[in-house]
Amino acid sequence: MKRFALLFSLLVFGFTSIQAQKYFTRDGKVTFSSDTPIEKIEAHNQKATCVLNAADGRMEFAILIKAFQFEKALMQEHFNENYMESGTYPKATFKGQISNIEAIDFSKDGNYEVTVAGDMTIHGVTQAVSTTGNILVKDGKLSADATFETKPGDYDIKIPAVVRKNIAEIVQVTVAVDLAPFNK
Amino acid sequence: MKKILFTLLLFFVFCLQAWAQEDDLLSLLDDDDEETTEYVTASFKANRVINLHSVENTAAGVLDIKIGHRFGTLNGGFYELFGLDQASIRIGGDYGITNQLMIGLGRSSFEKTYDGFIKYKFLRQSKGKRNMPISAAFLATTAIQTLRWQNPDRDNLFSSRLYHTFQLIAGSKINEQISLQLSPTLVHRNLVATNEEENDVYALGVSGRIKLTKRVALNAEYIYVLPDQIAPEFQNSFSIGFDIETGGHVFQLHFSNSTSMIEKGYIAETVGDWGDGGIHFGFNVSRVFTIQKPKIK
Repeated sequence: MKRFALLFSLLVFGFTSIQAQKYFTRDGKVTFSSDTPIEKIEAHNQKATCVLNAADGRMEFAILIKAFQFEKALMQEHFNENYMESGTYPKATFKGQISNIEAIDFSKDGNYEVTVAGDMTIHGVTQAVSTTGNILVKDGKLSADATFETKPGDYDIKIPAVVRKNIAEIVQVTVAVDLAPFNK
Repeated sequence: MKKILFTLLLFFVFCLQAWAQEDDLLSLLDDDDEETTEYVTASFKANRVINLHSVENTAAGVLDIKIGHRFGTLNGGFYELFGLDQASIRIGGDYGITNQLMIGLGRSSFEKTYDGFIKYKFLRQSKGKRNMPISAAFLATTAIQTLRWQNPDRDNLFSSRLYHTFQLIAGSKINEQISLQLSPTLVHRNLVATNEEENDVYALGVSGRIKLTKRVALNAEYIYVLPDQIAPEFQNSFSIGFDIETGGHVFQLHFSNSTSMIEKGYIAETVGDWGDGGIHFGFNVSRVFTIQKPKIK
């Protein structure tokens, strides 16, 4: 009987420790910029959602397209209406895996370089992507950031000939999230 | 034995729960996610349908320069090159004070009229946490007609030159393609030509758009003026046309039986008759300039 009690408590503890090994945010920052000699376009999103499972290194992002803010209101409207079609495809998502998760010690402060690979879905099109980034562990919280490049063309985002010189073929994306432990 | 079973059962329940959560990490957040309100944008491409104001506002800090042009009527025939020999023009500018409050000024060649307006969007169509099926705005305009007095010998009052319009605009973006709008309107004229004409004219504007492609939309508007208010020769205004968007410009090309581009004119003084070719070809060109950049927050 005692053995079962022990097993039971182990299970319960084991389960709670798995719970504590998740980190999340609802106000992650995602910025993209397109730089051409004619025009520099930059947009900021401060409402990215991210969950990281420290136990197995899985990481997921969801970003509301309409939450991207531009300097020019008309640009923002065109971004939503003509390019991203945010009425039809309201969110961009990423589901991926940190390949070297076992190298990170979440219990003590430190900075770790990580490689993330997974599926990114933008404008209803899914592409396999991978990039490197950093995870900083401090006081039980995480700060993760990464910079990578993406091509609108890969996600079936059509750019008409008249503005082709204004919009870069390769867009720089920067992601920065501060993740707090997830306790339910 | 029972206890073993019980423990095993518990074990399975926990595993299952763990499994279910493992499936989709983001769904973890969904349960206690404070749902957000998503505002509907771009019900119309411009802040005018054709002549009527749309529920759209000029964004905060943005100046929208507008040039409107109405040629003569098509029934002028070849002699007038189907109206192209004549033109009525309005040059104006709209400015967004906030995303919901805008003002505008303009000057029309038709009856040498200056106009100014203020438009406040007090309701924004949204879904999510706050579900609101329509957008609504209130518009107040004043026009000053500056033609020389017809009878300079008479005792002429400046107030006789003034026209005021009050309009409620209620619209809904039904889906990505279709937006519809109603505009109950009151036009007040301080001076009218005859006793039979009312100083206050009540009218109802109905308008809509169908988005044909990402950059082209078909717009139409009809303004029904309640009977026995204006002189019998005046018609209800009907206009139909396309919005074409190219980067920073919106071109609106249309056919309308109204010459004037301001409320008191196209609502209460439209003379053209669609039945016998009293139709004007015209266009509005809109170009926006960002005067004050928004703060990214």
